Amino acid sequence: MNEAVRLEGVGKRFRAGGRTIEALTRLSFHLERGRLVGLVGPDGAGKTTLMRLLAGLLLPDEGRVTVLGLDTREAAHAVQARVGYMPQRFGLYDDLSVRENLDLYADLYGLEGELRRRRLREILAATELAPFADRFAGRLSGGMRQKLAMGAALLKTPELLLLDEPSVGVDPLSRRELWRLVRRLAGGPATILWSTAYLDEAERCERVLVLQDGRLIADGPPGGLTRELEGRVFRVETGREDRRPLLRLLRRRADVLDVTAAGGALRVVVEAGEGAAHLRGLGGVREITPVTPGLEDAVVALLRRERGGEDGMPTAGKAPADPPRPRQEAPEVVIRIRDLVRTFGSFRAVDGIGFEVRRGEIFGLLGPNGAGKSTTFKMLCGLLPPTSGEALVLGYDLLRAAPAARAHIGYMAQKFSLYADLTPRQNLHFTADAYGLVGARRRRRLAETIAEFGLAEMLDQRSGDLPLGYKQRLSMACALLNEPEILFLDEPTSGVDPLARRAFWARIMALAEAGVTVMVTTHFLDEAEYCDRIAIIERGRLLGVGTPDEIIEAGRRRSPEVTDLEEAFVALLEERRREAA
Amino acid sequence: MTAPPRDGSARLRIRGLLRKEWLEILRDPSSIAIAFVLPALLLFLFGYGVSLDPREVRIAFVKPSSSQPAESLAEAFRGSPYFRVAFAADIVTARRLLDRREVQGIVSLRDDFADRLENGEAVVQLVLDGVDANTARIVQGYVRGTFAGWLARIDRGSRAPPGLTIEHRMWFNSEIDSRHFLIPGLVAIIMTLIGAMLTSLVVAREWERGTMEALFATPVRIREIMIGKLLPYFVLGMGSMAVATAMAVLLFGVPFRGSFLALLLLAGIYMMASLAYGLAVSALARSQFVAGQVAIITAFLPAFILSGFIFDIRSMPWAIQLLTYIIPARYFVSSLQTMFLAGDVWRVYLVDGAALLLIAAIFLAVARRRTRKSLE
Repeated sequence: MNEAVRLEGVGKRFRAGGRTIEALTRLSFHLERGRLVGLVGPDGAGKTTLMRLLAGLLLPDEGRVTVLGLDTREAAHAVQARVGYMPQRFGLYDDLSVRENLDLYADLYGLEGELRRRRLREILAATELAPFADRFAGRLSGGMRQKLAMGAALLKTPELLLLDEPSVGVDPLSRRELWRLVRRLAGGPATILWSTAYLDEAERCERVLVLQDGRLIADGPPGGLTRELEGRVFRVETGREDRRPLLRLLRRRADVLDVTAAGGALRVVVEAGEGAAHLRGLGGVREITPVTPGLEDAVVALLRRERGGEDGMPTAGKAPADPPRPRQEAPEVVIRIRDLVRTFGSFRAVDGIGFEVRRGEIFGLLGPNGAGKSTTFKMLCGLLPPTSGEALVLGYDLLRAAPAARAHIGYMAQKFSLYADLTPRQNLHFTADAYGLVGARRRRRLAETIAEFGLAEMLDQRSGDLPLGYKQRLSMACALLNEPEILFLDEPTSGVDPLARRAFWARIMALAEAGVTVMVTTHFLDEAEYCDRIAIIERGRLLGVGTPDEIIEAGRRRSPEVTDLEEAFVALLEERRREAA
Repeated sequence: MTAPPRDGSARLRIRGLLRKEWLEILRDPSSIAIAFVLPALLLFLFGYGVSLDPREVRIAFVKPSSSQPAESLAEAFRGSPYFRVAFAADIVTARRLLDRREVQGIVSLRDDFADRLENGEAVVQLVLDGVDANTARIVQGYVRGTFAGWLARIDRGSRAPPGLTIEHRMWFNSEIDSRHFLIPGLVAIIMTLIGAMLTSLVVAREWERGTMEALFATPVRIREIMIGKLLPYFVLGMGSMAVATAMAVLLFGVPFRGSFLALLLLAGIYMMASLAYGLAVSALARSQFVAGQVAIITAFLPAFILSGFIFDIRSMPWAIQLLTYIIPARYFVSSLQTMFLAGDVWRVYLVDGAALLLIAAIFLAVARRRTRKSLE
């Protein structure tokens, strides 16, 4: 039989809080054996449900799931013996060492004798975990944990390998290592289904399934999906100062389907039948070169067609009704850190970093997991006292007056950290109470925020039941309620679909223009291109600070094939690790 | 189609699960704390801190100005190890002491105590703080005893030697030491902690950390996962039982009159029932918080209150008495008290053991039915 997977009219529903959620609707497709297939879609699209159905851990409400010729309803156990599955939060035992974790899975998959010894050796070598074989899994870095989890799922060369977002929250360097690992260990006859929120990652697959709201909206080889965009994608070079106004201008044009910042220029997708000629006359445009369309372009085009322009967020360009005005007496430099150090016991999480951020700047903080990014972030928000060094935020010394600084900043956590059981209205009122907003100003800010973020029609639903994009909007609305001078965003767009991400960045840029300083951490390197300046952190030290163009230039000096920020980032990181080794 | 699973691979999987569980127990300080530190703490608390025997009860003694028999009675109270006597000039002062809770009772003699004693109609008034009725009753007994002892002594002094003396003898707890009664029951409480609470917590932890989903995706069977949990915690629970028993006998001097065989047998059965209950809880509660609450409210507290460990079941209202029949700890506590204080009574063991086996079988069946290899 040449089929690894066949789905016929599969539907799956869940009940949550009295409501029925349609996770998958009439899903039908089949996968040939030996293929590497990408499964992409935003959070809540149904990727995990699909994976669990294929692993026989869930049964379809309707339709039929056939895996390796077996109906999961009848032979779940036999399916599980031949399928490798790496859940999104892979269950490693933190109190067990790397070797003990692998031993457990070797036992569970029934590996014995010479085969077992050889396979364990191969996995340890391929994951480069051999030197850490006796380290507890709980003490591995994020990237190493993912490699170990993948190694465990690959122990018994499975016929079908299901990987549920193995690269989520992993830095670009570790992500590349994961790809190499899968290719090396699974290779040969195995069918691999790799789910991911990173569209550029899916581009490496032979075939891509695009899932949205439980339905398959596109299916085919990446080249096939992008074919219709051939000749419609351009790189538009501009001066640094012109880039943002031009981006906003292009977003509002009817003949432009999509525009993003990329590789120190703008990437523009025009509507079908349009050329790039009419872009040439626009202010600030220096040079226009056609480029190969990518999967993200294709997915954005698809989504725009699906939703008829509805972004899941209010459209770009519209500045906040009442932009927070810069205070005259405030210094131009709003954040200044020098030799900042934070230790946890003998571990130096942040080891002497320094930079300055100016009012109205969008400043990105980048780095692999465990590099000290979030520690730096928490110190700047006044949530964690620095061990030593100088840290001034809006003129307040964080070593002494962190609470005073906190009154002037807004913070949006990575996870939805409002009250799920309260309505958006109640959450907003609570936030206003927490900031001590009273009287006329309170009424004005609440009304403005509700209008600005388009929250009016969902004010009285339960916040926990809102779609992810709305939750994110609400979180941001709360963070901005007090008209902060600095807004801190911790991985604000993870798990959000590409359209919502675009709308989100449009809003951030509008805020910055209104004088709000924005500090942001992100794992999406393409997003970092929206930043005015970025700092790259690795092992508690600064690897580089500068505009995206400067960072790309620095990367290019190290290896000439660098064309965008992600490649520059990887080049810088690899150089530092070589030096360290 | 598919080859039937070979026995060898099942054995391999169980071995892997057992080794994993054991390593986790050894490395997780909280398991060790619940299995060994908490029992030791409970033992010390009940061994030293909590005693249901009042000692050195403070009483106020009101006596008339000067009379020989009254002085002699006062001496008798002062000489008793059970009382610490405060003398009060009159009943009003004594009342004040009682109100301020400085004394727990008042022994008051009337002014004509000596005269009436001559006539054989002396009256002694006893006022007790009845807030703690249990203690009050015991103090009442002590006062009576002291008074009777004093009477006997003055009788013997004045007249012929008595022809008859009454000797009290308490059976089974001959020292009337409540510690001897409490500590055996404590062994059951400790095993409940490990069986019901620790087990449901560690299963819920696997759900929380996502390890359960990863386990489910392998060819492992529910039966094997259950064995992988039952066996290690059975060993842990029995180890904890052994430590608690050794401490009870060696440290607190509780007599052990039964046989170790009986102890091992009944403890083993009780451990099974308790573990099965823990697994049943964890099949329903997938978060540690809920599992912990459910285990405490439905297993730990009933074992504490309704098992006869502290409160005598026979003095409970009949409805509550009926309820105690479904509390597994009840049967084990009854057997434990028998084997520690009275010695082997196989008829008691047989009834208790059979009840426990039945309960274990029911909970195991529930756990097996409710745990499915599915993420619904």
